Amino acid sequence: MVGLLVFGLVLIATSGVPGLAWRRGDSGERLFCGQVLAGVLGCLVPLAATAVSGGLRLELPWAVPAGWLVLELDALSATFIAPLLLVVACGALYGLRYWPQAEHAANGRKLRLFYGLISGAMLVLLLARNALLFLTAWEIMALSGYFLITTEDDKSDVRQAGFIYLIATHIGTLSLFGLFALLGQHCGSSDFPLTASLPAAGSGLLFGLALLGFGMKAGLMPLHIWLPGAHAAAPSHASALLSGVMIKTGIYGLVRFTSFFAHIPAWWGWTLLALGAVSGVLGVALAIAQHDIKRLLAYHSVENIGIIAMGLGLALLGRSAGQPALVVLGLSGCLLHVANHGLFKSLLFLSAGSVIHSVGSRDIDHGGGLLKRQRWTGLFFLGGAIAISGLPPFNGFISEWLIYLGGFGVLETPSSPLAFAMLSVPALALIGGLALACFVKVFGVVFLGEPRTDAAARAHESPPSMLWPMALLLLACGWIGLFPLSLRALLERAVSDWTGAPAVATLSADLAPLGLVAAIGWVLVVGVLLLGAWLHRKSATAPREVGTWGCGYLFPAPRMQYTASSFGDSLVRLFQFALRCERHGDRVEGLFPDKQEFSSHTPDLVLDRGLHPLFSAIAAFLGRLRRRLQNGIVACYLFYVVLTLTGLLVLVRL
Amino acid sequence: MLGRIVLHLLVLLILSPLLPGVIAKTKALFAGRIGAPLLQPYYDLARLMRKEFIFSRTTTWVFLAGPVVGLVVPLLAAQLMPFGGLGASLSFRGDLVLFVYLFGLARFFTAASALDTGSSFEGMGAVREVTFSCLAEPTLLFALLVLACGADSLTLNDLLGPALAGRWHSGQAASLALIAVCLFVVVLVENSRIPFDDPNTHLELTMIHEVMVLDHSGPAFGLVLYGAAMKLLVLGALLVRLVLPLQTGHVLLDLLLLVAGLVGLAVLIGVVESTMARLRLPRVPQVLVGTTLLSAFALVLVLR
Repeated sequence: MVGLLVFGLVLIATSGVPGLAWRRGDSGERLFCGQVLAGVLGCLVPLAATAVSGGLRLELPWAVPAGWLVLELDALSATFIAPLLLVVACGALYGLRYWPQAEHAANGRKLRLFYGLISGAMLVLLLARNALLFLTAWEIMALSGYFLITTEDDKSDVRQAGFIYLIATHIGTLSLFGLFALLGQHCGSSDFPLTASLPAAGSGLLFGLALLGFGMKAGLMPLHIWLPGAHAAAPSHASALLSGVMIKTGIYGLVRFTSFFAHIPAWWGWTLLALGAVSGVLGVALAIAQHDIKRLLAYHSVENIGIIAMGLGLALLGRSAGQPALVVLGLSGCLLHVANHGLFKSLLFLSAGSVIHSVGSRDIDHGGGLLKRQRWTGLFFLGGAIAISGLPPFNGFISEWLIYLGGFGVLETPSSPLAFAMLSVPALALIGGLALACFVKVFGVVFLGEPRTDAAARAHESPPSMLWPMALLLLACGWIGLFPLSLRALLERAVSDWTGAPAVATLSADLAPLGLVAAIGWVLVVGVLLLGAWLHRKSATAPREVGTWGCGYLFPAPRMQYTASSFGDSLVRLFQFALRCERHGDRVEGLFPDKQEFSSHTPDLVLDRGLHPLFSAIAAFLGRLRRRLQNGIVACYLFYVVLTLTGLLVLVRL
Repeated sequence: MLGRIVLHLLVLLILSPLLPGVIAKTKALFAGRIGAPLLQPYYDLARLMRKEFIFSRTTTWVFLAGPVVGLVVPLLAAQLMPFGGLGASLSFRGDLVLFVYLFGLARFFTAASALDTGSSFEGMGAVREVTFSCLAEPTLLFALLVLACGADSLTLNDLLGPALAGRWHSGQAASLALIAVCLFVVVLVENSRIPFDDPNTHLELTMIHEVMVLDHSGPAFGLVLYGAAMKLLVLGALLVRLVLPLQTGHVLLDLLLLVAGLVGLAVLIGVVESTMARLRLPRVPQVLVGTTLLSAFALVLVLR
């Protein structure tokens, strides 16, 4: 089993290497795709075995000081690896036609090389039980991510996005080095400590470093600066991998790190809960204000990471207050949402890629009426949109339901110190409502109505090799939504891996209502299909020649339809205090107004409003200081020499 | 349980069109008119079912999905909601979240089918609907939190169960009264009534719900109206149960009490519609944020 796992891992990691030999022709990319699929199949067998029985462990000596090659597959790792494998396989298949070598001779080979490398590095990272191995895999993943983002490095905005990502990820890596060095001092070896083996006393600094390092990768709100640009710049199937899977390694780090401690201080949970709520609400509010479909999806990643962090925060609070029910609901909600977000966000990125492929633009307002021309892409996008809005009967609802139940559950203990954690409930409701509004907007503006551009009117459906990966991801979303109990055993084992306590009977009771939720989901699906079939048959002969009722106006044009900005406007105004949307253009005045233009633009809250001005100000100040110091007067320079010598003398005397 | 489900379905299917009729009659009486008969909504539904469809050439299958989901969702949500003293037919831990999110699904498809026509008026309606609802949703959940505070269970059936009557006589009465007001506002918003939306206005620019279904015709429009009436009944049942937590234990008496409560609610809505003007649209979000704060205040009162 272990051999099979390592074999699959190596196959995936090196999948881009053989293709380097072929500059022309499609043999290289076919070989890549086959190798990735074979590797994924190889890894699936040990993964399924883990879900059924216990975990796997591999220990080998490693010629690095203090390094020890320890790989372990437990249920906690398995919940992260399962969506990873599916997304990697779907993305590789999708890339065959989305990024063919024939059209992208300059960067196709580079993209595939790093696609395989980042997948392999993430697998190693999720399996590693040694700090050095973990950090090595982390760094390979971070650098491969940079090369995936800068696939089209001839464009300046792509280079800019890659640069910001590179800085952000290395700030994170730096704090992780600090974290693991301190942790190594704590327990005397670079191997990961056993679950619940460390006392929490005096580990506030450790938690701070972990939050900075892992939170930067996950994209929690003030640390999300690299995320929107990077996800927008990468090719769609690479964005799916980055957004669906890579940012989750940050969550994995936080989950694994917190599992080391026997006692969890309450403020860890409160911090994560508050950060999660802020990420969730502001992430989705920023998403509503976007016009670029991939930037919009990237901001939704910030939102979903917020929901995941809220689940983890509730679980940590449950640990600190000794409420096992809260631990189960919070952590299983967190882990399930990690998997769910991986599935539906990749689905959305792939279907957005299919739209971009045929329309040739990432602007939402350049679409329109695509459901008629891209029937399947539209259907898959709709499924992903319902799932990400957390609506039944798809998987997003199941994980949000678990976190909701955790939030409500704190009320059941009278005068509990955690009573304020229930504020996560209205926060989740607001996030859910805003996400729904945002996806009604995207789906409505891109796929419904009349085409807004010639390109949208001429759009065509993508080839089957791009549609099947989306269908597979949608099926997985539906599966979790309609058969949630099939994951119960894995989730319960993961929770007991995290707490270190063996699974107890309360676990099953807390997840039991999922059966009824799924049953209602089934009735919903069947009911809608039956009634829809009846209505469809009844209306089959109805005429379809008339235009939409224009309220008396007889010459409607596609440009008169509601656009993405007009749809988002009323919500953006509500959040104007935080978003600071910029609006350019004048009011239309008078009976016969002149031609007017209007545009709106919402810069990022932290990057464009905070960091850019701050660093520009610092650079300007230092520039002025340098001009003042280095003023070309020799006497001044001599004076500096004297000043330095005097200072040194005083220092020596002290 | 099967008997319960059938009973809930029958109440919902038979009684729901009565409520819009009662509201219209109340408004007519206030205006000094005789008004349409009480059963007019039933006649309207029967007539619409016989009529033919007209489709815009812009529309796709999503256009029909709106009415369909809008009808199926209240039928399912009604099973989770206790109908007066009758209790819910399906009840499990956390059903209240499913209840709220089912209506979210209906909203998604109603708004999507509005955008499917490509009409800017219907786009306007869709925006207003999703904006106002995402502000009303936290209010609803704050109200449910207040109810969950005292009860030691997380099912709608227990939150609105026999213990509720006792809570009205305890120190929590003020909180319950506050959330009753907030829930009344939620019922008005979600069912597009004055002062938030005027279902009878004839200017498309100012409509919310009506403008979203401008292009629906024939049986599809019938489903929209039927679904809206059912939604009013299901959300109304929540409010009625909160204000009238009486339970006789006899099925017929409980049913009668429920109907009386719902008719009373419809009359109250009619009175509000007759005596208030509709709010200016920019005011609506402010009122909704206000009720959210009010319900948060009710929660603080309970926790104190």
